Amino acid sequence: MKKLIPVLWVLGVLLAGCVDTTSRSRAVYMLMDTSGTYAAELEKARAIVNYLLGTLQPGDSLAVARIDTGSFSEKDIINKVTFDGRPSRSNEQKRVFRQAIDDFIHSVKRSPYTDITGGVLQAVEYLNETGAGKKTVLIFSDMEEELAKGFVRDFPIQISGIRVVALNVTKLRQDIIDPRKYMSRLEQWEKRVETGGGTWQVINDLERLDRIL
Amino acid sequence: MSELLIMKDYPVLSVLLWMILAMVVMYLARSQVHQAIRAVSRVLANAMRLAAYAVHMGEQRLNRRNKEVLLAEGAKEVEREVKREFYRIEAVVQRDLQGYPTLHRNMSDLITRIDEDYRQSTETPPSPPAWLDAVETVTKLPDSGDKMVAGILSEVHKTINRQHKHTMSEFRKQSSARHRLLKKMAPFWRKLSQTVEDVGKTITGLHERAALIDRRMADYEAILANSDRMERRLSSSSMTQLFIAGLVLLIAIGGAVINFNLIALPMSEMVGGGSYIGPLKTSNVAAMVIILVEVVMGLFLMESLRITRLFPIIGMLDDKMRRRMIWISFAILLTLASIESALAFMRDRIATDIEALRQTLAGVEAVQGRQSWIPMVGQMVLGFVLPFALTFVAIPLESFIHSARTVLGVFVAGVLRVVAVILRLIGNIALYLGNVVISFYDLLIFPLLWLDEKIFSGRRPKAKATLMEEVKQ
Repeated sequence: MKKLIPVLWVLGVLLAGCVDTTSRSRAVYMLMDTSGTYAAELEKARAIVNYLLGTLQPGDSLAVARIDTGSFSEKDIINKVTFDGRPSRSNEQKRVFRQAIDDFIHSVKRSPYTDITGGVLQAVEYLNETGAGKKTVLIFSDMEEELAKGFVRDFPIQISGIRVVALNVTKLRQDIIDPRKYMSRLEQWEKRVETGGGTWQVINDLERLDRIL
Repeated sequence: MSELLIMKDYPVLSVLLWMILAMVVMYLARSQVHQAIRAVSRVLANAMRLAAYAVHMGEQRLNRRNKEVLLAEGAKEVEREVKREFYRIEAVVQRDLQGYPTLHRNMSDLITRIDEDYRQSTETPPSPPAWLDAVETVTKLPDSGDKMVAGILSEVHKTINRQHKHTMSEFRKQSSARHRLLKKMAPFWRKLSQTVEDVGKTITGLHERAALIDRRMADYEAILANSDRMERRLSSSSMTQLFIAGLVLLIAIGGAVINFNLIALPMSEMVGGGSYIGPLKTSNVAAMVIILVEVVMGLFLMESLRITRLFPIIGMLDDKMRRRMIWISFAILLTLASIESALAFMRDRIATDIEALRQTLAGVEAVQGRQSWIPMVGQMVLGFVLPFALTFVAIPLESFIHSARTVLGVFVAGVLRVVAVILRLIGNIALYLGNVVISFYDLLIFPLLWLDEKIFSGRRPKAKATLMEEVKQ
């Protein structure tokens, strides 16, 4: 019996290692602004998607959705995938994904409104469903929300454990006239995200994409 | 603070008064304080000395144990070496001297044949014909001029000449036959000489081995006699072994890392790249397990071949079981090597695919050039060879484990020695520090001590002597 104790102890440690349920996969949800002022920037979005496809590993998840008038909808998801564990299959999935994004960018129609909050809510829903250990929402937009009449978005959003990264936040004409508007817009979003339990980051220099993940 | 001042208007005077008061108290308590300081320093010194003694004893015990282990290992090594030499001698005796009766018979046969040939080749002079005396008588007859006698003599002369030629011809034939026999003897001589030379070489080899065994037996006797010279020799040998084995193990670890990188990526194709065991990727763990299993199989193979002796139970198995084990471990190794080779092939394919995808994502057109098959074949060969190369890790591992025990023992003994010295040093410092504190204490109250000496110097000679004694102590 005495000899069995160390053996059982080692087995216990090994089993503890095996039942470690911490997920180490990553999930990224990218929102692309297709509103009138921002649709011209979509070529940059393609580069970001390509970077994500090259960086994400088997087992990770990626979804790309558009921001339009009502973004809180599955219909706005352009493509979503959880990469297969096998590298060969995963590579194939990445090729298909890239093609889907290319097709979307070629055929995109400008939307009259920009429902960023709806998109973020949809992203949170998707990311939580993936069960990934590291969840990121990328918002490729100028962060100027324009809602259609009747849309209600002025409520706190719950995004605990999710990192929100605003990419390529371009300065609008009124921002150039009064930069406080730009700063106030970003501060407002930062406050909203952090109040909801998430973390906020802004990356405007697309040469530093390695900081996204 | 101001409450402490005895005379509030004269702070300096107050401090002075306090100092005098303190000095008086210190003077009165001097003897007791001295005793207390001395007691504390002695307790500390003794405690440290005891601890140093205990550590020293521990070091000595460890040294004895180290020596025992070292000599036992050395004895075992010498026994093994002597045994091996005996096996070699046995092999030589079986190979060369077991056939000695046959060799002896061959040599006897050769000698007999040579002897016979020699006897046959001896020269025998041709015997003179029996009618030679009659011819001599006839030739001595006086020449009477008779034609008939002259005719007879002429015939005799002819006959003699003919006979001479015939005899010479016979003699030449016999000589030629003798030369042929002698020529036939030459190879037999050479063969005999070669055989004798071979036997000589064997005997010389045996003699050298016997000398080696003698030397090793002398070492063995020195080990059994617990000789310090042997201990030093074995210890130095262990350190060298540890260094060499460590170096080889480092090289082997390098090989294992390369092997790991070769199979980690393709393993994700088999077990999935997204699952984890604890903080490690399952594919990495699987690759590591394969490499470790290869090392273990290598260990078993080496044990079964009796090259290493890490698991005595394997060495003690009967030959049939051992042979079975050799084949089983070799078969598993071969299978794993083949799997690794296949994985290396797969790795090349996956790496090419990933590179093509990255180029596409970066917007670069994938170059469809003619791909060289050399890297792929190189990886496959490497994947097949490395498991077998890792098999030999068992040999340096055994040396490392055995020598590490000795070197670690020597190192721990060294550490214990240093600890003992430090403890003793602390003990001495504590003792002398006590004396320093006592002297400093006396320095603080020196005016009173001076007065004491002036007033009571004549009355307390004994007390002064005691004081001096105390200071000396």
